Amino acid sequence: MLTQRQVRLAWLLVLPTLLVVVFVAGYPLAQVFYWSFYKADIALVEPPEFVGFENYLFLLRDPDFREALWNTIKFTVFSVSIETVLGLVIALIIHSNFKGRGLVRTAILIPWAIPTVVSAKMWQWMLNDVYGVINILGVKLGILSQKVAFLARPELMLPAIIAVDVWKTTPFMALLLLAGLQLIPNELYEAASIDGASRWQQFWTITLPLLTPALVVALVFRTLDALRVFDVIYVMTGVNPATRTLAVYNRQNLIDFQDLGYGSAISVAILVVIFVFVILYMRSIGREALK
Amino acid sequence: MKTALRWLNRGLFYLLVAFVVVYSVFPFYWAVISSFKPSSGLFSPDPSFLPIPFTLEQYRNVFVGTAFGRNLLNSLLVAGGATLLSLVLGVLAAYALGRLRFPPKNAVLYLVLSMTMFPQIAVLGGFFVLLRQTGLFNTHLGLILSYLLFTLPFTVWVLVGYFRGLPRELEEAAYVDGATPLQTLLRVMLPLTGPGLVTTGLLAFIAAWNEFLFALTFTVSDAVRTVPPAIAFFGGATPFEIPWGSIMAASVVVTVPLVILVLVFQQRIVAGLTAGAVKG
Repeated sequence: MLTQRQVRLAWLLVLPTLLVVVFVAGYPLAQVFYWSFYKADIALVEPPEFVGFENYLFLLRDPDFREALWNTIKFTVFSVSIETVLGLVIALIIHSNFKGRGLVRTAILIPWAIPTVVSAKMWQWMLNDVYGVINILGVKLGILSQKVAFLARPELMLPAIIAVDVWKTTPFMALLLLAGLQLIPNELYEAASIDGASRWQQFWTITLPLLTPALVVALVFRTLDALRVFDVIYVMTGVNPATRTLAVYNRQNLIDFQDLGYGSAISVAILVVIFVFVILYMRSIGREALK
Repeated sequence: MKTALRWLNRGLFYLLVAFVVVYSVFPFYWAVISSFKPSSGLFSPDPSFLPIPFTLEQYRNVFVGTAFGRNLLNSLLVAGGATLLSLVLGVLAAYALGRLRFPPKNAVLYLVLSMTMFPQIAVLGGFFVLLRQTGLFNTHLGLILSYLLFTLPFTVWVLVGYFRGLPRELEEAAYVDGATPLQTLLRVMLPLTGPGLVTTGLLAFIAAWNEFLFALTFTVSDAVRTVPPAIAFFGGATPFEIPWGSIMAASVVVTVPLVILVLVFQQRIVAGLTAGAVKG
């Protein structure tokens, strides 16, 4: 009796959320698929025209799309791998017992709390070619031989942006890894010490293997985030081809060029890229680690 | 020899710690002191590392004769609205998903989980058209609804974890006393999830407060525009002059409340972040 009522109540409680899911995700997503087969402007002033796979065929030949894909991959690979290594180092520091540990944890939360747009602006100011503190300090300390226009030279733009993303996002990585470290029982280390294993050996034989699940989850999260990066790039260098990622190129086509059809095709392509990545992850290390 | 080595090790360790702290905090510190400098101190080949000379001029420039105050209010309305709506809907759904048994429960859970991984950009075009068709383009409500795309699934996901963690006996006791499931939720379970609600709400608020892509695309006027796009396009008196002092002042204004909130709630935030992520 109760179960019958329970089922009805459960549906009633879940219904509003399901409606929102349909309204904010399902329907817009269906629209994106639909429009990707049309030639249409986003204001829908001209009558849309069905063009079949034309947008997708154009996408396959579009050098700008390929460049955006390449930028996205470069950004993802470099930022995620640097963040993982730095995050692990910081997590290990906070995990060890020392005076002022709380202070370090507080300090690393600050970059995480700062809005991406704000951190992009802060770093833009620090990277300013004439009055930026990085240039001024760099020259003074002899690290730089002369001032550098980090955000104007195409070959330096992406590395500069990656540096900002690393600063902003490493804390998140560190916190996830710290949570993983705290799950490893201390007795394992004690036993290893008695057996005469060095710190380094303990790290490779205990810490790293047992941290793998947390590491995989953190990697998946960060990679998904990095693949859709928009804010930091759009604020720091706009739609410059040297840094334009898939998301930036997508918005440029949809909104700036008003091209609903081609823009939608790019959106579908982004979904495919992310889907492929998720499958790859699940197939390799993910399946075991996420069990 | 051995003690010397140990001291060296210790010293190197603290050096590393100091480096991590300086690296994390310095950019924010630099923004804060930049916001208190007059232009002459800002555009100097040998800038001071303290806010000397000190001025509040940059803050006056941000608030007087600009839409920034309005933008701040918009951000509060939009982020607050999205958070409240997510919490209300999220509590109901999470209670059902965490405590009640009904057939497609796992399917619903997976649906919600898949939404947390959803790239915002992928629905941008469809949402744009939808908002135009419903007359919600360039309105607070339109922006709030669009933010539910990321705040609601996150809220549901984390709260399901909280509800699951509550002891079954409480619920049974309430049933024995003749309470309906809805009464049980509101009178017994909800008060117990208070801390969870605060953390989840705070994280949802921060995410909405910081959101840029939708705010940039779905608003066109200062009457609706939130702070992130406003800061991104902060203009100077002339197109050639970038008002770095004012930009830093605006940045400090939107960031300081967040930093304070995060520091006050830091234990819970860390727990909430890792719960949401590690379980996800």
